[in-house]
Amino acid sequence: MSRSDEGIEAIGLRRQFKDVEAVAGIDLRVLPGEIYGFLGPNGAGKSTTVHMLTTLLPPSGGRATVAGFDVAKQGPQVRASIGAALQEAALDPFLTGAEHLRLQASLHGIRGDERKRLIAQLLDRVGLASAGNRKVRTYSGGMKRRLDLALALIHDPSILFLDEPTTGLDPQSRTALWDEVGRLARDEGVTVFLTTQYLEEADVLADRVGIIDHGRIVAEGTPAQLKAQIGKPTVEVVPESPDELERLRTLLRRFGAETAARPGAFAVQLDGHGALPEVVRALDGENLRAAQINLHEPSLDDVFLAKTGRTLEGAEEE
Amino acid sequence: MDVALGLAHRQITVLFKNPSLFIPPMLFPLMNFMAFAGGLSRLRHVPGFDFQGGYTAFQFVFVLLQSAAFGGVFAGFGVARDFERGFARRLLVSAPKRGGIIVGYAIAALVRWAMIAVVLTTVALIAGMKIGGDGVDLFGMYGLAIIFNQVGLLWACGVAMRFRSVQAGPLMQTPVFMALFLAPVYVPLDLLQGWIHDVARLNPLTFILESGRGFIEGRPTQVVTAFALAAALFVVFAAWARTGLGTAERAGS
Amino acid sequence: MTQQIWLIARRSIVRTFRQPGTWIPPLTFPLMLMAVNSNGLRAATHLPGFPTDSFLAFFLPFSFLQGALFASGIAGVDLARDIDTGFLNRLALTPVRGSALLIGQIGGAVGLGTLQACVYLSVGLAFGVHIDTGVAGAFLILLLAVLIATGWGTLGLWLALRTGSGEGVQSQFPLLFFATFISSMNLPRNLIEVTWFRDVATVNPVSYMIEGLRSLVITGWDVQALLLGFGFTFALIAVSLGLAGRQLKVRMART
Repeated sequence: MSRSDEGIEAIGLRRQFKDVEAVAGIDLRVLPGEIYGFLGPNGAGKSTTVHMLTTLLPPSGGRATVAGFDVAKQGPQVRASIGAALQEAALDPFLTGAEHLRLQASLHGIRGDERKRLIAQLLDRVGLASAGNRKVRTYSGGMKRRLDLALALIHDPSILFLDEPTTGLDPQSRTALWDEVGRLARDEGVTVFLTTQYLEEADVLADRVGIIDHGRIVAEGTPAQLKAQIGKPTVEVVPESPDELERLRTLLRRFGAETAARPGAFAVQLDGHGALPEVVRALDGENLRAAQINLHEPSLDDVFLAKTGRTLEGAEEE
Repeated sequence: MDVALGLAHRQITVLFKNPSLFIPPMLFPLMNFMAFAGGLSRLRHVPGFDFQGGYTAFQFVFVLLQSAAFGGVFAGFGVARDFERGFARRLLVSAPKRGGIIVGYAIAALVRWAMIAVVLTTVALIAGMKIGGDGVDLFGMYGLAIIFNQVGLLWACGVAMRFRSVQAGPLMQTPVFMALFLAPVYVPLDLLQGWIHDVARLNPLTFILESGRGFIEGRPTQVVTAFALAAALFVVFAAWARTGLGTAERAGS
Repeated sequence: MTQQIWLIARRSIVRTFRQPGTWIPPLTFPLMLMAVNSNGLRAATHLPGFPTDSFLAFFLPFSFLQGALFASGIAGVDLARDIDTGFLNRLALTPVRGSALLIGQIGGAVGLGTLQACVYLSVGLAFGVHIDTGVAGAFLILLLAVLIATGWGTLGLWLALRTGSGEGVQSQFPLLFFATFISSMNLPRNLIEVTWFRDVATVNPVSYMIEGLRSLVITGWDVQALLLGFGFTFALIAVSLGLAGRQLKVRMART
């Protein structure tokens, strides 16, 4: 299957469940080959959006196209163009990894030697070559997620939907999955629509991020753009000797405006990126010894806080 | 005793708050009663069918004992669930006398079954069941059923405490089911033929069942044997349950 | 379409037989009941008008039905698990058609039903049951038993699609078992004394499924019994498939 020139587009996409408006009219556009991170707390509408874009749920209003096909009217064509690893690993514990891939490939019309080759290739690619003939119930969480990804890729889709793919994984498995997703987009031109509640994941992986809350997109842009909207990085220095605090103040004021700091420390908001090395060089030049230097970059959580009045963790607890 | 009463109260409360736990043990005996008494009543015309009380009463006794036994077994599922969910650990930690735990489950099983027995008896009377026995006879019949209920509970309790998982459910049920159906369920013992007659003759439940039928008929039979066997089963399975509790204690749950 | 049905069915058969704890009890329990009841109710053969002197021959057909009921539970619980784990969504994202998915999911129930039918018939023959309709009749018994398993299996699928949970499926089973009890499972309908019971057994389609099978064993070629037996079985399949198909559209609301 050749890569589609079309990505994902949604205009006024809505989904109503009885009294609850889970998705309240969202507009988004994902360019071909892009990794789009869809960030938000539980219950924000991420999975509902994914279900609509993958044709599993008909929209209540608005329209969306995936790979150039209308999700409401051209469901089979959309499904032929996409792969999806949804929130649940969705595996049969009594089948082996290879049997899963065989079933998936066969249902997509892939047969014979081509199917065998693809299965072997994918198992190898996701690191399950030695576990392919074991039943899935013997797999760890990380292995299940990797198999899930392989299943989503078996028919070489141009667009990949990943719904919270690293939830519950250990850090090593998470990093491995990030590497593979990054490679898919970079080397194979796969468009990736990734939903996550992990800031770090969106920060590391996504070319652009959309932040959703209560069914609406509250912010959209590259991670750097979003953070820059909120504020500048802050550097806080604790001098080795408290007597040096006044000299430290004089030096650091050259780099930006003073801001709140802990007792015994001094902090400024830096004017631009790359200022931290200059701060360190300046401290060296003045022979000012620092016990601690802390750099605080605005995070996507700060972005969420600014846009919604609460942090992503706070939103989790609601 | 405080432990026993406290636990019994909790078990009964759980039951009332979860009708789905209560309804199957209520429905199964009623369904069996309707199917057997309604569908097989013609069997009373089989030559040699020596029971004067009518087929409804004949089947009522079996279904009563069956409901008693399975009432105990279903209560045993609750014990297994308590172990699986960790509630039993709290009991073991807090109960000064752990034997009271088994007593508590036993009281709850009895109360639960008593409600089923009332419904079953009412339905049987409405269906025209004839009672040939007097108050003492009926006391004897229900007395046997009560002991049987406790035997069922003690068996299931022992299994539950050893396995500490609801996966042991079939192990609790199947032996009880087999023991019941290897007794004279549909016809008196004398009308059974072949290997099943030989097995039923040796099955302790046969004596209990036939004695119960004798009570309702007003012609008590094998009373001492039936009660002695029931008491023996009670003692054996009480030891089974107590040693099961010991196993659970040693396992740290 | 055929290919898709086969793929889904194959998966259903494989995973059914990879769960011995799931298929061994449905295989053995009816055998236990057959052993107990065929001896415990042997006295019934002395009743005037009882159609055979072998209660085992009389009772054997009920074992097929009971086995089918268990198979139904397996089909339902397996589909409920697919709904619960999201595997149904995974299948929904492939080109598989809804009808192929449904028909294929019965695969496990049909496979188990076939095994059960062969085992029960073999056990019956080993213990002296004589099939009045001979070899041809034996094949028809197997065919009807498998169709009955298909019908009940589809009913299990409908329950799974309606409730979405294994517990929901299992909670309906007492009612289904009750439906089999109020039938001619233990006595011919004309020997049931209690009027209301006989009337219910007469309108109960389960009675005709049992009697269709029973006629092949003890009566000989009884066209009416066979027509009613097969007829009600096909009706069960059709109704269950219709209900399940409609429910699948609700459950799998893909565009």
